[in-house]
Amino acid sequence: MNLLKQLMNKSNENVGRREFVKKFLPSLITLLIPKFLLAEEKKKDITWILSNDYRPNEHYWAMGIDISKCIGCGRCVEACKSENNVPDEPFFFRTWVERYRILEDGETIVDSPNGAMNSFNNEPLEENIIRSFFVPKICNQCDNPPCVQVCPVGATFKTPDGVVLVDSEYCIGCRYCIQACPYGARFLHPETRAAEKCTFCYHRIVEGKVPACVEACPTQARIFGEIKKKASPLVRFLRLNKISVLKPYLNTEPKVYYANLDMEVR
Amino acid sequence: MNEIIEHLYPLLREITGYIYPNEIELHWGLLVVIYPYLTGLVAGAFILASLVKVFNVKEVQATYRISLLTALAFLLVAPLPLLAHLGHPEKSLAIFLTPNTSSAMAMFGFVYAWYLMAVLLLEIWLDYRKDLIIWARNETGIRRWLHRIISLFSGDTSDRAINFDKKAIKTVTIIGIPSAFLLHGYVGFIFGSVKANPWWSSVLMPIVFLFSAIVSGIALVLLIYMIVMPIRGKQIDMKCLDKMASYLFYTMIIDFSLETLDFIHRIYESEESIKILAALVSGKLFVSLIVVQLLMGMIIPLGLIAAIKMFKTPDELRKLIYFVAALLVQVGIFSTRWNVVIGGQLFSKSFGGLTVYKMTFLGLEGLLVSIAILVLPLFILYILFKILPPWEEMRAT
Repeated sequence: MNLLKQLMNKSNENVGRREFVKKFLPSLITLLIPKFLLAEEKKKDITWILSNDYRPNEHYWAMGIDISKCIGCGRCVEACKSENNVPDEPFFFRTWVERYRILEDGETIVDSPNGAMNSFNNEPLEENIIRSFFVPKICNQCDNPPCVQVCPVGATFKTPDGVVLVDSEYCIGCRYCIQACPYGARFLHPETRAAEKCTFCYHRIVEGKVPACVEACPTQARIFGEIKKKASPLVRFLRLNKISVLKPYLNTEPKVYYANLDMEVR
Repeated sequence: MNEIIEHLYPLLREITGYIYPNEIELHWGLLVVIYPYLTGLVAGAFILASLVKVFNVKEVQATYRISLLTALAFLLVAPLPLLAHLGHPEKSLAIFLTPNTSSAMAMFGFVYAWYLMAVLLLEIWLDYRKDLIIWARNETGIRRWLHRIISLFSGDTSDRAINFDKKAIKTVTIIGIPSAFLLHGYVGFIFGSVKANPWWSSVLMPIVFLFSAIVSGIALVLLIYMIVMPIRGKQIDMKCLDKMASYLFYTMIIDFSLETLDFIHRIYESEESIKILAALVSGKLFVSLIVVQLLMGMIIPLGLIAAIKMFKTPDELRKLIYFVAALLVQVGIFSTRWNVVIGGQLFSKSFGGLTVYKMTFLGLEGLLVSIAILVLPLFILYILFKILPPWEEMRAT
């Protein structure tokens, strides 16, 4: 107790309020130390990107998907899984393909067994099918991404070239982003326990390649490219087709554009 | 990793309709049900305490300190379920150090810290300060030191100091009420602002959360009061009990009205999601929503208390009915949280199908940990009662 009194008296004598504030405020800066340390880590990645002579500010990426061209072979799903080390189990997908079958009575049957990784079976249904088509799904790389908005630590972010990425080193695994994604495009990686999603194969695009799913598609149903450069094949695709996006009313502003999309698709 | 996957395979067979493949794993489980339940109890108990200080309700004076300590005990535990459910609990400090300001969840840390430090601890300290000093004077050993430390070694019991305490408590309470509203309304906002989920996305969500919080908090303090008094060999003050039951009754009516409004509004607007939500409510959520939340947790206790208000009943019967009603309310509010959190994840965002939630027993997110987290605040409360006796007759005059 005496010690405490001494301490208190001492502090009363030596440190006035003004001086306390003077010393206290700068000391708050120490709170930022972890941020600086992490920034040092980040520098490595950035150096790697720049070493490929890739300048994010000069690009703006998006994808076009032509429903009428998709044959539901599932090669894109397979390519994605092996390119990005996505677990094989049927609960984790960066991309998957849905099959829509519209019956005579108007009922719609949707399925995607194992994300269409092994394509679809052809067992006939009892009722007549009046229309059927395949819809490849992928992260929509929204321009107004709800997942980025809700991430409590900023581990998921939008790059200058318009791709939404997750820093798995920083992700705390709260899964708020998974809840906020209207498209079911995210999952929690069972090993890293961090949120995962399609990156447009960012590691490939900085090297001038297209995403694995685009390269694997045998019918060129997926078109990858720039949306702010006139010479891009994607811009041509957007000009020549009637385009829709998924759930436009949510104002997420998707950058995955569908041609010939049916109203049944959610 | 294998554990997670083994858990998921059997679920494949139980899915009806079509759900996105990534939706098979349900991400917010029992722990995230407990989190809003606990914070709700905190906010509710605090608001009951505030009634005494701000509106000078003399009848419930006896529950003032009990409510404050209850709020503290539950507030200390409230972040635990959130922490335990994280994929990386060890990185949780990042929420404080590098928060994303646009994230509703990131702000929780600050709302929580504000409420704990600037409201609850401050009010408890101010209210107990004088007693702590006087208790310490007549005590020896550890207890004396404990009380001195908690009083932060203050020793001023002059009238001027006591009057300052009283004024300060009033100010803290007045700041505290909106803070308690903020604490739980904000938890509602975490869910209500998710536009991707039509079961959650509602502007009413924070308000419904808030009123159900007040309901659960009052019911909890009522239960604690009714259990603790006989254990201490004291009489239960019937006037106090009647008053608390009245508060419970009126807040339940508001809560019930809000929930009904939400329900009618959804049906009347009949948006795109209405079919799948109807399938959800009439199927997988029927027992927990219609039977437990609505019937057991709301209509029966409302009817019981209403009956007491209408007919003259002997004290013993009244006590029994209050006790049963408050217990039912707890079960009801817990299932309210369940229906929001789990219910909101049982249907696919494709609106084409339903999935299932299978609880695990062991593991961080399992039933065992959840029960421990629910019991822990009661244990803390017991210790708080020992260190800071909240009984009126212990007040130093």
